[in-house]
Amino acid sequence: MALSHVFESPVPGFNFENSTRNLLLEDALGEGKSNAPKPLKTGTTIAGVVCKDGVVLGADTRATSSEVVADKMCAKIHYIAPNIYCCGAGTAADTEKTTELLSSNLTIFSMNSGRNPRVVMAANILQNMLFRYHGAIGANLILGGVDCTGSHIYRVGPYGSMDKVPYLAMGSGDLAAMGVLEDRFKPRMEQEEAKTLVRDAIRAGIMSDLGSGNNIDICVITSKGVDYIRPYQESEYKDNRQKKYKYKPGTTPVLCEKVVRLELELVHETVQKMETS
Amino acid sequence: SCDFYVSPARRSSGFRATTIMAVEFDGGVVIGADSRTTTGAYIANRVTDKLTPIHDRIFCCRSGSAADTQAIADAVSYQLGFHSIELDEPPLVQTAANLFKQMCYRYREELMAGIIVAGWDKRRGGQVYTVPMGGMLVRQPVSVGGSGSSYIYGFIDSKYKSGMTKEECLRFTADALALAMERDGSSGGVVRLAAITESGLERSVILGNQLPTFFSA
Repeated sequence: MALSHVFESPVPGFNFENSTRNLLLEDALGEGKSNAPKPLKTGTTIAGVVCKDGVVLGADTRATSSEVVADKMCAKIHYIAPNIYCCGAGTAADTEKTTELLSSNLTIFSMNSGRNPRVVMAANILQNMLFRYHGAIGANLILGGVDCTGSHIYRVGPYGSMDKVPYLAMGSGDLAAMGVLEDRFKPRMEQEEAKTLVRDAIRAGIMSDLGSGNNIDICVITSKGVDYIRPYQESEYKDNRQKKYKYKPGTTPVLCEKVVRLELELVHETVQKMETS
Repeated sequence: SCDFYVSPARRSSGFRATTIMAVEFDGGVVIGADSRTTTGAYIANRVTDKLTPIHDRIFCCRSGSAADTQAIADAVSYQLGFHSIELDEPPLVQTAANLFKQMCYRYREELMAGIIVAGWDKRRGGQVYTVPMGGMLVRQPVSVGGSGSSYIYGFIDSKYKSGMTKEECLRFTADALALAMERDGSSGGVVRLAAITESGLERSVILGNQLPTFFSA
């Protein structure tokens, strides 16, 4: 297909192409009937760090739908395999389904081959799938795990690019989290130190980014097993909800009562015996 | 299919503006690259490895979209590996370069990839082939690519001479990349170098504070 491409320089910040499309759709639908569906985005801070005997992954727990918090206890660290977990940022549905698909495929592979899956294999499968969809699947993933070759963290972008780095932050709060990680990361840290570092990185994201908030989840993966701590730290801003909304009879005063009889006519009657023996 | 066509890769995460370089010498090649991957104005990875092995003695230097070049490199290394097994011989650098060219030319509208293929083979020794965006293929004794290359064409033209030794080539490449990284905002980080000869591969890294320094205004 012969297209004359005039490459525009990449515009930093938000891309509002879909807003113009939505406006056109709303006009087409008519006045007062504009109900453009709002995709649930996670607006996230996720981070991962390779420590001495394993990998520590962390995430906040807020899922936003435009400016409303849709889920205050969203789980952003997804199970892939017994030794591999994945943090997802971007469109919530995409990260959920992509990781579920990956997990199923790796389980089948494990059963077929009798091997535990390797992190690099998961990363490659993700990369191949996302590249095929040319960025239509909005999934920014941090894949972390421990396998026979060691502990690894991979970043997989929505267009199918893959990076292997010792520490990583993604999501809308990644700049704040990355600042903390760049300052305090050291190779081969102890596990407790790594957990504190990841918690502080996520907390920086929560404090500085509107799309991140609520609690912090941490997942520690070592060769001995997985410790999924949910929540690792609860938000200090809690609301007091009643959760029970039953009221005593008489709470609402009855002002007047009116009884209307319904005149019903018996039209047809059938009896069917049940076999009860 | 043009209605919802998103301009490829330019707006993708991991769009890479880069400086990459390769030089032939008698007995092999020297390749080098910076280590910066940017998403807009944010540096997504400051320690990227843009020198990718395609086969034992053949490497490629990747510039352009990270996703596209990784996918192309994976596909070509599979094809080359298969070809080499069939032939029962190490593959030629020219073969690798042509595989890149075929893929980059066929999908030229969808891809954004500028690749330099370099390596050693028994037939012609050290060779450098450049496959810029659009899918051209040409062999050059020295080749630069990426956004930072614009700033060092003059340096390359004035300083390159044929018949350099491996150490001179490494020095030349490091100097050129350092100059490009100094001037190009989209290039930076560390300098990754590799020397490929018949006997094998030597990789090295020059950290940011060890880069050669030049006059800065």
